[in-house]
Amino acid sequence: MHQPDMQARTSLYYDYQLFPFVCPPELKGKVNRHPVAIVGAGPIGLLCALNLAQQGVASVVLESEAQVSMGSRAIVFTRRSMEILQQAGVAERMLEKALPWRCGNSFYQGKRVFRMEAPHREDDRFEPLNNLQQQYLEQYLLEQAAASPLVEVRWASKVVTVSQDQEGVLLGMDTPEGEYQLQADWLIAADGARSHVRKALGLRMTGSSYSGNFVIADIRIDLDLPTERLAFFDPVWNRGNTVLMHREPEGIWRIDYQLPEGETAEQALSTDSLHERINAQLAMMGITADWEMDWCSVYSARAMTLDNYRHGRVLFCGDAAHLLPIFGVRGANTGLQDAQNLSWKLAMVVKQQAGATLLDSYSAERVAAAREIIDEAGKSTRFMTPPSRGYRLLRDAVLSLSLKETFVGPLFHWRTSRAHDYRQSLLTLPDQPGFVRGPEPGAPLLNMRLREDYLLDYTGNRFNLLLFSDNNTVPETIQRQLDELNEQGLSMGIILLSPSVTDSSVTGNLTLLSDEQLRCRHAYGAQDGSVYLVRPDHHVSARWIEGTDIAFSDILEQLLATKLGVMA
Amino acid sequence: MSISKQPSLSIVDLELCYDRLAETLDEIGTEQESLFLTKLVLYLANQTADGALVEAAIAQCRRDLPC
Repeated sequence: MHQPDMQARTSLYYDYQLFPFVCPPELKGKVNRHPVAIVGAGPIGLLCALNLAQQGVASVVLESEAQVSMGSRAIVFTRRSMEILQQAGVAERMLEKALPWRCGNSFYQGKRVFRMEAPHREDDRFEPLNNLQQQYLEQYLLEQAAASPLVEVRWASKVVTVSQDQEGVLLGMDTPEGEYQLQADWLIAADGARSHVRKALGLRMTGSSYSGNFVIADIRIDLDLPTERLAFFDPVWNRGNTVLMHREPEGIWRIDYQLPEGETAEQALSTDSLHERINAQLAMMGITADWEMDWCSVYSARAMTLDNYRHGRVLFCGDAAHLLPIFGVRGANTGLQDAQNLSWKLAMVVKQQAGATLLDSYSAERVAAAREIIDEAGKSTRFMTPPSRGYRLLRDAVLSLSLKETFVGPLFHWRTSRAHDYRQSLLTLPDQPGFVRGPEPGAPLLNMRLREDYLLDYTGNRFNLLLFSDNNTVPETIQRQLDELNEQGLSMGIILLSPSVTDSSVTGNLTLLSDEQLRCRHAYGAQDGSVYLVRPDHHVSARWIEGTDIAFSDILEQLLATKLGVMA
Repeated sequence: MSISKQPSLSIVDLELCYDRLAETLDEIGTEQESLFLTKLVLYLANQTADGALVEAAIAQCRRDLPC
């Protein structure tokens, strides 16, 4: 019988709670069929559950452990992730604790050789980067889930076997009170880098592993330094390697360093080795403050992905689908984009508003994103941890030049995770002539500051038409189509941006926003009558410079089923 | 075949460059030689402001290496 660790984990700053195993109906002889089962109660699995619930779809989340993440793990969340988490209702809570930041610094031989500031527009609600330990994000997502009758989290519930046929998925579960079988129409595998579901289906990722292992250690120390990324190249105590430092909430600092070749994880994680190296790093920085270890772990840099994230009725999401080098904060941030992309599509398929082939677009869009990330990550990984003599020589030459020459600075750029454009997707229509700016089809919406509020505060989790108008009323041609769609149960909103609106208001599916200075219209390259068709995950499907006569309900139907069905 | 007919160094400058590089390599020793030459290439590459020229130069110099 599966017995997870029932000792609450210890931490210098986080108070771990144990979640009890609750005997499910299946163990009492009842047969329950779940629309969606999700394996893994990490940030990715929980975000899927919350997004599905927003669309009215119930799910059961299966977690083998009985508490949240051991250690801080994912600690840097990008602006795009914050926008995604805002949609799920947890961004505000995160910001109460998270440490926002913009700047990264690279040091070599005691000199700062490169400093960069991530771009920030006054129209952005969120800072480009936000540090928060993964346990807190999981806790906030769980609290949000607890408020929804459509999310059931089953702790201490381990998936042992996975099988599927045309009709659904059958999971063999092991729990502290015995085994049972769980039936679901669909399965989301969000069970992380060592995904058991991936192994059970015999799937392999393709890509490359980089040489070298890394220690990540969280220490509690009182340092009078701003929240910025610190990268130390070729430090005296760890020649040829790179050390990274990030500030976390609760007086915690993350130190990340590469191990000398041939050293094992056991050796690296021995108390003596950790203390010696962390002390050497702090000494190099001229720091003498006392510190305490909170958590440490060893990982290896890999850049791999499954070739397809949909396997029949099983959908892979987050680290279960891909493993990405962590330099550039690509792990959780990529997974959150996966989860947001998958959830609305699966919800529409479950509600029979779209054909199952819509799920193939999830795979196509996100596999393409992962490949782009792997390509970009490769560049920074080759700089941080040169894989060959040639790369090492070039990296060392750049370090040496950097002391006097600024032209090599951009080579230190760490290419942070970003939102991806789904330009090649079947769900993205070709751009229409007439637009000189604004997000192109495939790109996510550009946030805009209104007064104290922002455009993305109003998207909800549904399709929206962004309508730019001189008037404060919706043209009858558009209203009629909207009513028809809503009658079919397809929730679609209209966000009307107009200088004629004085006070912003939300009435049912209609949101009226004041665009007094025409700032939004300008940023979107729009004119009176321009329309953007926007997906529930904020990505633009299509746009028309003169769009009030467009039969967008036909276009939507085509996107959701027919076109995909034909192309698949 | 040369990748570029012009501009070219005057004979005097070419000879000076020849001597200066040889003396510098002797001074720094074999251990620093690769690093120094790599720095030099990156520095000069940046001065050309011409990516295609640099790429062609790399290909050109790779040719006819003794076996």
